Amino acid sequence: MNRRGGTDKSKNFGQSIKRLFSELRSFRILIVIALVFAVSGSVLSIVAPNKLSKLTDTISSGLVVNQEKFESISNTINRKLANIDVNAVLNSYKLDELEKQEFLNTMLSVDTNKSEEFIKNLMDLSENTLNIILPKFSIENEEISTQDQVKFIRIFSTLENHDVSQVYKKIDECPKSIRNIVKPFMDLDKVKKISIFLGLLYLTSALLNFFEGIIMTVVSNNFARKLRNRISVKINKLPLSYFDKNQTGDVLSRVTNDVDTIAQSMNQSLASLVSATTLLVGTVLMMFITNYLMAITAIVASLIGFVFMFMILSKSQKYFRARQEELGRLNSHIEEVYSGLLVVKAYNGKEEANSKFDEINKKVFDANRKSQFLAGIMQPMMMFIGNFGYVAVCVVGALLTVNGSITFGVIVAFITYVRLFTSPLAEIAQAMNSMQSTAAASERVFEFLDEQEMDTEENVVKVLDKNKVKGNIEFDHVRFSYDESRIIINDFSAKATQGQKIAIVGPTGAGKTTMVNLLMKFYEINSGDIKIDGVSTKELSRENIHNLFTMVLQDTWLFNGTVRENIIYNRVNVTEEKIKEVCDTVGLTHFIKTLPQGFDTDISQSDSVSAGQRQLLTIARGMIEDAPFLILDEATSNVDTRTEELVQHAMDKLMEGRTSFIIAHRLSTIKNADLILVMKDGNIVETGSHDELMEKKGFYAELYNSQFEL
Amino acid sequence: MFKLFRNFNRKDIFFIIFAILLIVGQVWLDLRLPDYMSKITVLVQTEGSSMKEILLNGGYMLLCALGSLISAIIVGFTASNISASFSMKVRKKLFSKVGDLGIHEVKQFSTSSLITRTTNDITQIQMLISMGLQLIIKAPITAVWAITKILNKNWQWSAVVAVAVLILLSTIITLMILVLPRFKKVQKLIDKINNITRENVTGIRVVRAFNAEKYQENKFGKCNDELTNMQLFNQKAFSVMSPVMYLIMYFLTLAIYFIGAHIIDVATMSDKLVLFGDMVVFSSYAMQVIMSFLMLAMIFMMIPRAQVSAERINEVIESEISIKDGDIQNVETDLVGTVEFKDVSFKYPDAEECLLKNISFKANRGETIAFIGSTGSGKSTLINLIPRFYDVTEGEVLIDGINVKDYKQDILHNKIGYVPQKAVMFDGTVKSNVAYGDNGKGEKSDKIIKEAIKVAQGQEFVEKMDGTYNAHIAQGGTNVSGGQKQRLSIARAIARDPEIYIFDDSFSALDYKTDAILRKELKKYTKNATSLIVAQRIGTIMNADKIMVLDSGKCVGIGTHKELLKNCDVYKQIALSQLSEEELNNE
Repeated sequence: MNRRGGTDKSKNFGQSIKRLFSELRSFRILIVIALVFAVSGSVLSIVAPNKLSKLTDTISSGLVVNQEKFESISNTINRKLANIDVNAVLNSYKLDELEKQEFLNTMLSVDTNKSEEFIKNLMDLSENTLNIILPKFSIENEEISTQDQVKFIRIFSTLENHDVSQVYKKIDECPKSIRNIVKPFMDLDKVKKISIFLGLLYLTSALLNFFEGIIMTVVSNNFARKLRNRISVKINKLPLSYFDKNQTGDVLSRVTNDVDTIAQSMNQSLASLVSATTLLVGTVLMMFITNYLMAITAIVASLIGFVFMFMILSKSQKYFRARQEELGRLNSHIEEVYSGLLVVKAYNGKEEANSKFDEINKKVFDANRKSQFLAGIMQPMMMFIGNFGYVAVCVVGALLTVNGSITFGVIVAFITYVRLFTSPLAEIAQAMNSMQSTAAASERVFEFLDEQEMDTEENVVKVLDKNKVKGNIEFDHVRFSYDESRIIINDFSAKATQGQKIAIVGPTGAGKTTMVNLLMKFYEINSGDIKIDGVSTKELSRENIHNLFTMVLQDTWLFNGTVRENIIYNRVNVTEEKIKEVCDTVGLTHFIKTLPQGFDTDISQSDSVSAGQRQLLTIARGMIEDAPFLILDEATSNVDTRTEELVQHAMDKLMEGRTSFIIAHRLSTIKNADLILVMKDGNIVETGSHDELMEKKGFYAELYNSQFEL
Repeated sequence: MFKLFRNFNRKDIFFIIFAILLIVGQVWLDLRLPDYMSKITVLVQTEGSSMKEILLNGGYMLLCALGSLISAIIVGFTASNISASFSMKVRKKLFSKVGDLGIHEVKQFSTSSLITRTTNDITQIQMLISMGLQLIIKAPITAVWAITKILNKNWQWSAVVAVAVLILLSTIITLMILVLPRFKKVQKLIDKINNITRENVTGIRVVRAFNAEKYQENKFGKCNDELTNMQLFNQKAFSVMSPVMYLIMYFLTLAIYFIGAHIIDVATMSDKLVLFGDMVVFSSYAMQVIMSFLMLAMIFMMIPRAQVSAERINEVIESEISIKDGDIQNVETDLVGTVEFKDVSFKYPDAEECLLKNISFKANRGETIAFIGSTGSGKSTLINLIPRFYDVTEGEVLIDGINVKDYKQDILHNKIGYVPQKAVMFDGTVKSNVAYGDNGKGEKSDKIIKEAIKVAQGQEFVEKMDGTYNAHIAQGGTNVSGGQKQRLSIARAIARDPEIYIFDDSFSALDYKTDAILRKELKKYTKNATSLIVAQRIGTIMNADKIMVLDSGKCVGIGTHKELLKNCDVYKQIALSQLSEEELNNE
């Protein structure tokens, strides 16, 4: 827990990431497939805007009047009006005299300044006359009748200006034949084809995205499972000294938090980093291929925004850190006050607690509001950058379209490109950030996995059979120290024979557990030897030694599980009778009967099982072991007297017939011990029987007498 | 949750309204953007339109975007101010409320739950407010506004958007129904994994002594598999999310364009251009609609969690304080240092059985009274009635001749030096821990502190520490041993210079020798103070002036060690279990 402060940044980013990838080796193929999917997905989403622009072009080509044909119609008509064959009209047998006269009058009024009026008058002539002046003609199989031509001329004669929308409105009034000719042509077939193609493209891209996600999920979760299992196995391979030096919370946070961090960012960052990079590179490439001027516009416009944003972001980092720190301080203050509320109340410490709380709370408020503000404006900033890019692209695009160097479709494509370009930038920044914390987390996990393990026990040559061991033990000039600087046990020799009791006494913190550590070979002795039935423990495996010992410690270790599971623990083939027998001997039977489900009742660490009952359960667990040696911690603090009697009775039963090492607290045990080891400050200061030690009037005598003083 | 919002004051509400107005403005500006986009589009599209006009419209569009950005920044500033100050206020309220709660109420809530309520739960609410102020208000406004803009354009297009929204919502809802219950299970499995690891590490000696390494690993592996499978299911389900979103967005655009092509094809010439512009605008409005529905869905995912948090916070804030303050501030009496129980009974408010029944005794100034009995006999409860951690159900507790309920609590606590069963250490120094609190007599001098530590037998180890009296003590005292903590905790009571000492089994972590010396020194130092001692060890109490033996909440014997040995069976039993007959007779 105390390492929390440094967990966010890794010590060596590159190395940690390299290590992480080498650990991922067994998933290599899957990862490569996922990355290929990611890359192809990105490529598709780059191709898509291009297609979309083609679609837009196709649609917009259906907007504009067919200029060419429109001109050819009006040219044809104009030509006819300009070169009216007067003789042909006058000689026509189809016209009567009146019609001819009217025609002549009109023709004579020709005045170049008043051509509009002339044409108007002309159009008022009879149908027959007009048929001759404006004979019907065809363009692309569409016949334009004289009447249609007259209508066309009438409509456009009122055209005031050449505003496009005016012209289009006039065209809508035109007769059908003309409309059909000039009508813009939209290739609906092409629209359909492009749409289907785009649809398939999007679908494929989505599917690739989906499968990539699934694969990465599978990989990251299986990797996390593997890491967790490795940590679990590792715990049991580490020397005890590791756990004496490190806190439980630290190991726990590696199993859960750190592994989670790795799995999560692998799941999200790795693929998104790759696909975002592809997208970025691809977009830039496509932009330049499409139009380099537009490309430069889009990139410059977005980058200006991003530079600005990163400037803010880098400044805001410190507020985020401040918030985490202040929040941590506040939390620990709250925790402290709440859990010590009795003392806070009894000592009138409320004022003090409140003023400290107010001070930190104010700081949290300040850090909160600043960091939240900065985090909150990121999104609007991104939006603005997007819009800015849009306008820039449109304006430059319009300039170029007016010049005629690009089509409208290109602009539409660039609108998408701008979006495609800005989003991966943000994504990459985010992914890099989470890769940082991944590196830090994986560093911690691998550091744990690389921790030095216990000796491999290659020198083990002998095996002692639990059922044949008599129970003699000999300490032969044992020398031991936890670290080089301070020798804890110096040249200790003693002998215990089958069935003897060895009491270990001393004040708290005198190092009584050191003896347990040595006997169980949790730690290796520096020199000298410990022999069981004459065999050096150096030649025995730890597993073998553990088999020969039953151990009941003061911290009554029960795990989440049923009463039965806790008693049997890892042993197999334990009969029901044996369990019942043991519980009878220990005195647990009554207690177990009072439990709702008897032997199958779940006991959790904090349940209503009292301290004494816990101790009884661990004694029962030890009793099933039935080993020739016993290590027992008698301490029964915080146990009520009745239960204490039961516990002591059970312990006495446990000691019967076994060579026992007892961390003794009871005078009866101490007095009856065959050998007393008196410990002080980690050393064995005196050895001998009770009477011998009392006679010596040393530390033991002092200790013994002190409890009856006041 | 609305109850909690009463904590907003007028200024906050003013700012909230201000923020809402700004958001409305922002939405208006945001929705203007597509209008300008369409204008620009049409201009670019038609020949002969002047460059000036394009630039003008582009400029307007940028102004709108800038305006939207500025108002978003102001809204962000206001929202983060409001939410941060709101959480500060509520947190403060909660914290001081917890300080006023009785021990019984604290136990009912449980300390760890109170801690999460003050930290995580408030953070949840704060997040909802800061996000909510921006999203909850913005999303519906945007959605409705954008929809009205779309509606009168073309029914075919509107229908496509409606279908897209439907698909979006049903995807999200299905995912929620599928995944949410499993999220809870994942949390449980993570706890389980943690537990198994904790078991293995804390019981490492046992695990190895029993050669149970494989057993533990198998257990872990099984749970690990379960966890991994559950996670896999959840995350696989969630990996549908992003492709579906992607598809909805792109297919919507595609559909609008495809339909648009057909509509344009059959339209009159003059309508075509307008329709085309509409189409481009429409697709961007459609995106806005989809986005706002997405945001709404996100908020609906957040609200239930915040709701639960708000309820948990309210529960504490609204809980009744059972211990009411009295008003006596000053007492002048010759009964200083006396503690008297008059026929006291106690039971928890919701319990049927009495924990203490008809307890009466009187301790005079300078006397030592000890309490002994098995666990659950009511020893701790009895002495907890004196500093009013609990209030009696019947009878009365008198200090200096006055009922403890009539005192102002500060004054009452100043008379008492209480040492709890479990030593409490605060983050700070040895000195700050010993000088902790306020005894109404001003700041404690270094001399008093050193003296107190010396009496509590702490001088030797404190002076060996780095920085001696200014040595750092970690939170919870994790850097000192249990015995050392207990000695510092005793020193804290001594430095307080009280009339009455209360030791609630406070010597248990000391070895016999230190225990004996400490009590001897303490006796010398506190000649004039009354001591009440709860203990398990006979050795600790056998020299007390009076010993009360408790059994199941009843007093079964009161007297000196010798008297009780003769006439109290329960006491004799306890004594015999700890000392041999011979030793008892030695006395």
